[in-house]
Amino acid sequence: MPDEDKKRAAHRALVDRILNGEGRASTAQRARAFDGDGLSPPLDTLIGKVARRPTQVTDADFAAAKAAGVSEDQLFELVICAAVGQSTRLYDAGLAALAEATVDGEDG
Amino acid sequence: MRLDILNSGYRPATKLLFALIRRFSGHPVPDAAKLVFYRPDFYGARAKEFTHEAMRGPSPWSVGDRELMAAYVSKVNDSAFCVAAHTATARRAYRDGPKVAAVLADLESAPVAEPLRATLRMLGKLTAEGTLRAEDMREVLAAGVSPQQVEDALAVCAAFNTTDRLGDAFGFEVLSPEGFEAGARYLLKRGYR
Repeated sequence: MPDEDKKRAAHRALVDRILNGEGRASTAQRARAFDGDGLSPPLDTLIGKVARRPTQVTDADFAAAKAAGVSEDQLFELVICAAVGQSTRLYDAGLAALAEATVDGEDG
Repeated sequence: MRLDILNSGYRPATKLLFALIRRFSGHPVPDAAKLVFYRPDFYGARAKEFTHEAMRGPSPWSVGDRELMAAYVSKVNDSAFCVAAHTATARRAYRDGPKVAAVLADLESAPVAEPLRATLRMLGKLTAEGTLRAEDMREVLAAGVSPQQVEDALAVCAAFNTTDRLGDAFGFEVLSPEGFEAGARYLLKRGYR
Protein backbone atom coordinates (compact mmCIF):
# COMPACT_ATOMS: atom_id res chain seq x y z
CA MET A 1 0.00 0.00 0.00
CA PRO A 2 2.30 2.75 -1.28
CA ASP A 3 0.04 5.69 -0.35
CA GLU A 4 0.00 5.02 3.36
CA ASP A 5 3.73 4.38 3.23
CA LYS A 6 4.07 7.88 1.79
CA LYS A 7 2.18 9.37 4.75
CA ARG A 8 4.34 7.57 7.28
CA ALA A 9 7.52 8.32 5.36
CA ALA A 10 6.62 12.04 5.32
CA HIS A 11 6.06 11.91 9.07
CA ARG A 12 9.35 10.14 9.66
CA ALA A 13 11.17 12.74 7.55
CA LEU A 14 9.75 15.52 9.74
CA VAL A 15 10.73 13.75 12.97
CA ASP A 16 14.21 12.99 11.67
CA ARG A 17 14.78 16.61 10.60
CA ILE A 18 13.74 18.28 13.84
CA LEU A 19 15.68 15.82 16.00
CA ASN A 20 18.83 15.24 13.97
CA GLY A 21 19.22 18.16 11.57
CA GLU A 22 20.95 21.45 12.19
CA GLY A 23 19.42 23.62 14.88
CA ARG A 24 20.00 26.42 17.39
CA ALA A 25 19.11 24.15 20.31
CA SER A 26 21.38 21.16 20.87
CA THR A 27 20.26 17.76 19.64
CA ALA A 28 20.21 16.63 23.28
CA GLN A 29 17.81 19.44 24.25
CA ARG A 30 15.61 18.76 21.24
CA ALA A 31 15.45 15.06 22.14
CA ARG A 32 14.46 15.95 25.72
CA ALA A 33 11.71 18.28 24.46
CA PHE A 34 10.46 15.58 22.05
CA ASP A 35 10.39 13.01 24.87
CA GLY A 36 9.01 15.53 27.40
CA ASP A 37 11.57 14.34 29.87
CA GLY A 38 14.78 15.57 31.47
CA LEU A 39 14.53 19.34 30.92
CA SER A 40 15.35 21.64 33.80
CA PRO A 41 13.16 24.52 35.10
CA PRO A 42 11.69 26.74 33.80
CA LEU A 43 11.77 25.05 30.39
CA ASP A 44 10.22 21.86 31.78
CA THR A 45 6.99 23.74 32.59
CA LEU A 46 6.53 25.20 29.12
CA ILE A 47 7.48 22.01 27.31
CA GLY A 48 5.33 19.86 29.60
CA LYS A 49 2.32 22.06 28.86
CA VAL A 50 2.88 21.87 25.10
CA ALA A 51 2.68 18.09 25.26
CA ARG A 52 -0.10 17.65 27.82
CA ARG A 53 -2.22 20.80 28.18
CA PRO A 54 -1.25 23.27 25.47
CA THR A 55 -4.24 25.55 26.02
CA GLN A 56 -2.70 26.46 29.40
CA VAL A 57 0.54 27.83 27.93
CA THR A 58 0.93 31.50 28.91
CA ASP A 59 3.05 34.49 27.97
CA ALA A 60 4.72 34.05 31.37
CA ASP A 61 5.92 30.53 30.43
CA PHE A 62 7.76 31.99 27.43
CA ALA A 63 9.03 34.97 29.43
CA ALA A 64 10.47 32.67 32.12
CA ALA A 65 12.28 30.54 29.54
CA LYS A 66 13.71 33.64 27.84
CA ALA A 67 14.80 35.10 31.19
CA ALA A 68 16.68 31.85 31.80
CA GLY A 69 18.69 32.48 28.62
CA VAL A 70 16.81 30.40 26.06
CA SER A 71 16.60 32.28 22.74
CA GLU A 72 13.45 32.69 20.66
CA ASP A 73 14.88 30.45 17.94
CA GLN A 74 15.66 27.77 20.50
CA LEU A 75 12.11 28.06 21.88
CA PHE A 76 10.70 27.80 18.36
CA GLU A 77 12.57 24.52 17.93
CA LEU A 78 11.86 23.07 21.36
CA VAL A 79 8.12 23.80 21.25
CA ILE A 80 7.95 22.14 17.82
CA CYS A 81 9.85 19.12 19.16
CA ALA A 82 7.44 18.83 22.10
CA ALA A 83 4.36 19.05 19.85
CA VAL A 84 5.68 16.58 17.29
CA GLY A 85 6.89 14.29 20.08
CA GLN A 86 3.44 14.00 21.65
CA SER A 87 1.68 13.53 18.30
CA THR A 88 4.24 10.88 17.33
CA ARG A 89 3.48 8.94 20.52
CA LEU A 90 -0.24 9.08 19.65
CA TYR A 91 0.43 7.97 16.06
CA ASP A 92 2.58 5.06 17.28
CA ALA A 93 0.02 4.04 19.92
CA GLY A 94 -2.74 4.00 17.30
CA LEU A 95 -0.69 1.98 14.82
CA ALA A 96 0.32 -0.48 17.56
CA ALA A 97 -3.32 -1.01 18.58
CA LEU A 98 -4.20 -1.56 14.91
CA ALA A 99 -1.38 -4.08 14.51
CA GLU A 100 -2.53 -5.95 17.61
CA ALA A 101 -6.16 -5.92 16.48
CA THR A 102 -5.25 -7.36 13.08
CA VAL A 103 -2.57 -9.77 14.30
CA ASP A 104 -4.45 -12.85 13.17
CA GLY A 105 -4.45 -11.49 9.64
CA GLU A 106 -8.25 -11.50 9.25
CA ASP A 107 -8.41 -7.76 8.73
CA GLY A 108 -4.90 -7.24 7.43
CA MET B 1 2.08 35.11 18.32
CA ARG B 2 4.09 34.68 21.51
CA LEU B 3 7.49 34.70 19.78
CA ASP B 4 8.54 37.97 18.11
CA ILE B 5 10.38 36.01 15.42
CA LEU B 6 7.03 34.50 14.33
CA ASN B 7 5.46 37.96 14.04
CA SER B 8 8.26 39.86 12.36
CA GLY B 9 11.29 37.63 11.88
CA TYR B 10 10.63 36.70 8.24
CA ARG B 11 12.87 37.37 5.27
CA PRO B 12 12.07 40.42 3.11
CA ALA B 13 10.72 38.27 0.26
CA THR B 14 8.41 36.46 2.68
CA LYS B 15 7.19 39.74 4.17
CA LEU B 16 6.42 40.97 0.66
CA LEU B 17 4.49 37.77 -0.05
CA PHE B 18 2.43 38.23 3.14
CA ALA B 19 1.67 41.83 2.10
CA LEU B 20 0.58 40.72 -1.38
CA ILE B 21 -1.66 37.97 0.03
CA ARG B 22 -3.24 40.48 2.36
CA ARG B 23 -3.85 42.94 -0.45
CA PHE B 24 -5.31 40.47 -2.94
CA SER B 25 -7.31 38.29 -0.55
CA GLY B 26 -8.45 41.11 1.69
CA HIS B 27 -7.44 39.06 4.74
CA PRO B 28 -4.23 38.84 6.78
CA VAL B 29 -2.19 35.64 6.37
CA PRO B 30 -3.38 33.26 9.12
CA ASP B 31 -0.80 32.50 11.79
CA ALA B 32 -0.94 28.78 10.90
CA ALA B 33 0.26 29.70 7.41
CA LYS B 34 2.88 32.16 8.67
CA LEU B 35 4.44 29.59 10.98
CA VAL B 36 5.49 27.31 8.12
CA PHE B 37 7.37 30.20 6.48
CA TYR B 38 9.65 30.71 9.48
CA ARG B 39 12.93 28.83 8.92
CA PRO B 40 11.03 26.38 6.68
CA ASP B 41 13.96 24.00 6.53
CA PHE B 42 13.52 23.26 10.24
CA TYR B 43 9.78 22.56 10.34
CA GLY B 44 7.57 24.11 7.66
CA ALA B 45 8.74 22.29 4.54
CA ARG B 46 8.36 18.79 5.95
CA ALA B 47 5.30 19.63 8.04
CA LYS B 48 3.50 20.87 4.93
CA GLU B 49 4.45 17.72 3.03
CA PHE B 50 3.16 15.43 5.78
CA THR B 51 -0.04 17.41 6.37
CA HIS B 52 -0.77 17.57 2.66
CA GLU B 53 -0.30 13.80 2.31
CA ALA B 54 -2.57 13.16 5.28
CA MET B 55 -5.29 15.60 4.20
CA ARG B 56 -5.16 15.48 0.40
CA GLY B 57 -3.15 12.38 -0.53
CA PRO B 58 -4.93 9.29 -1.92
CA SER B 59 -7.27 7.80 0.69
CA PRO B 60 -10.59 5.98 0.93
CA TRP B 61 -11.72 8.92 3.12
CA SER B 62 -13.04 11.99 1.32
CA VAL B 63 -11.48 15.42 1.83
CA GLY B 64 -14.59 16.37 3.82
CA ASP B 65 -14.21 13.34 6.09
CA ARG B 66 -10.58 14.21 6.78
CA GLU B 67 -11.35 17.88 7.43
CA LEU B 68 -14.07 16.74 9.84
CA MET B 69 -11.51 14.50 11.61
CA ALA B 70 -9.19 17.52 11.88
CA ALA B 71 -11.99 19.63 13.36
CA TYR B 72 -13.01 16.83 15.74
CA VAL B 73 -9.48 16.16 17.02
CA SER B 74 -9.04 19.93 17.48
CA LYS B 75 -12.29 20.09 19.43
CA VAL B 76 -11.08 17.35 21.78
CA ASN B 77 -7.90 19.42 22.25
CA ASP B 78 -10.02 22.56 22.74
CA SER B 79 -7.82 24.30 20.18
CA ALA B 80 -9.82 27.37 19.13
CA PHE B 81 -8.00 28.32 15.91
CA CYS B 82 -7.99 24.82 14.43
CA VAL B 83 -11.58 24.05 15.43
CA ALA B 84 -12.78 27.15 13.58
CA ALA B 85 -10.49 26.67 10.57
CA HIS B 86 -11.36 23.02 9.97
CA THR B 87 -15.05 23.35 10.84
CA ALA B 88 -15.22 25.96 8.07
CA THR B 89 -13.25 23.73 5.68
CA ALA B 90 -15.30 20.58 6.44
CA ARG B 91 -18.56 22.50 6.03
CA ARG B 92 -17.45 23.77 2.65
CA ALA B 93 -16.07 20.39 1.49
CA TYR B 94 -19.27 18.54 2.39
CA ARG B 95 -21.56 21.46 1.46
CA ASP B 96 -23.32 20.50 4.67
CA GLY B 97 -22.92 22.80 7.64
CA PRO B 98 -25.56 21.14 9.85
CA LYS B 99 -23.83 17.73 9.65
CA VAL B 100 -20.49 19.18 10.75
CA ALA B 101 -22.13 21.13 13.57
CA ALA B 102 -24.00 18.00 14.72
CA VAL B 103 -20.80 15.91 14.88
CA LEU B 104 -19.00 18.55 16.94
CA ALA B 105 -22.01 19.01 19.25
CA ASP B 106 -22.71 15.30 19.87
CA LEU B 107 -20.93 12.62 17.89
CA GLU B 108 -23.19 9.78 19.07
CA SER B 109 -26.41 11.32 17.76
CA ALA B 110 -24.98 12.98 14.64
CA PRO B 111 -26.25 11.91 11.19
CA VAL B 112 -23.05 10.24 9.93
CA ALA B 113 -22.29 6.70 8.75
CA GLU B 114 -21.18 4.24 11.45
CA PRO B 115 -17.65 3.73 10.08
CA LEU B 116 -16.94 7.47 10.28
CA ARG B 117 -18.55 7.75 13.72
CA ALA B 118 -16.48 4.82 15.06
CA THR B 119 -13.32 6.33 13.59
CA LEU B 120 -13.96 9.76 15.12
CA ARG B 121 -14.70 8.13 18.47
CA MET B 122 -11.36 6.28 18.31
CA LEU B 123 -9.43 9.42 17.35
CA GLY B 124 -11.07 11.31 20.21
CA LYS B 125 -10.15 8.66 22.73
CA LEU B 126 -6.57 8.43 21.51
CA THR B 127 -6.19 12.22 21.59
CA ALA B 128 -7.75 12.62 25.04
CA GLU B 129 -6.20 9.62 26.78
CA GLY B 130 -2.95 9.10 24.88
CA THR B 131 -3.46 5.35 24.61
CA LEU B 132 -5.67 2.85 22.82
CA ARG B 133 -6.31 -0.83 23.41
CA ALA B 134 -6.53 -3.42 20.67
CA GLU B 135 -10.15 -3.85 21.78
CA ASP B 136 -10.88 -0.21 20.90
CA MET B 137 -9.46 -0.83 17.46
CA ARG B 138 -11.40 -4.09 16.99
CA GLU B 139 -14.61 -2.09 17.56
CA VAL B 140 -13.60 0.31 14.79
CA LEU B 141 -12.84 -2.56 12.40
CA ALA B 142 -16.12 -4.26 13.34
CA ALA B 143 -17.97 -1.06 12.36
CA GLY B 144 -16.74 -1.64 8.80
CA VAL B 145 -13.60 0.51 8.77
CA SER B 146 -10.69 -0.97 6.81
CA PRO B 147 -7.15 -1.09 8.25
CA GLN B 148 -6.09 1.38 5.55
CA GLN B 149 -8.81 3.79 6.63
CA VAL B 150 -7.61 3.48 10.22
CA GLU B 151 -4.04 4.25 9.19
CA ASP B 152 -5.12 7.25 7.14
CA ALA B 153 -7.22 8.57 10.02
CA LEU B 154 -4.25 8.17 12.39
CA ALA B 155 -2.14 10.29 10.03
CA VAL B 156 -4.76 13.09 10.19
CA CYS B 157 -4.78 12.71 13.97
CA ALA B 158 -0.99 13.03 14.14
CA ALA B 159 -0.94 16.10 11.89
CA PHE B 160 -3.57 17.93 13.94
CA ASN B 161 -2.29 16.96 17.34
CA THR B 162 0.87 18.73 16.22
CA THR B 163 -0.81 21.81 14.73
CA ASP B 164 -3.26 22.17 17.65
CA ARG B 165 -0.37 22.23 20.11
CA LEU B 166 1.61 24.74 18.08
CA GLY B 167 -1.48 26.93 17.69
CA ASP B 168 -2.13 27.03 21.40
CA ALA B 169 1.50 27.29 22.50
CA PHE B 170 2.55 29.98 19.99
CA GLY B 171 -0.84 31.68 20.30
CA PHE B 172 -2.41 31.68 16.82
CA GLU B 173 -4.77 34.64 16.53
CA VAL B 174 -8.38 33.59 15.98
CA LEU B 175 -9.64 35.13 12.71
CA SER B 176 -12.97 36.69 11.81
CA PRO B 177 -15.58 34.29 10.36
CA GLU B 178 -14.79 35.82 6.94
CA GLY B 179 -11.09 35.16 7.49
CA PHE B 180 -11.75 31.50 8.29
CA GLU B 181 -14.01 31.18 5.22
CA ALA B 182 -11.25 32.62 3.03
CA GLY B 183 -8.81 30.13 4.58
CA ALA B 184 -11.21 27.26 3.93
CA ARG B 185 -11.54 28.22 0.26
CA TYR B 186 -7.76 28.30 -0.03
CA LEU B 187 -7.29 24.90 1.66
CA LEU B 188 -9.84 23.26 -0.64
CA LYS B 189 -8.32 24.80 -3.74
CA ARG B 190 -4.62 24.43 -2.96
CA GLY B 191 -4.27 22.03 -0.04
CA TYR B 192 -1.50 22.29 2.53
CA ARG B 193 1.65 22.40 0.38
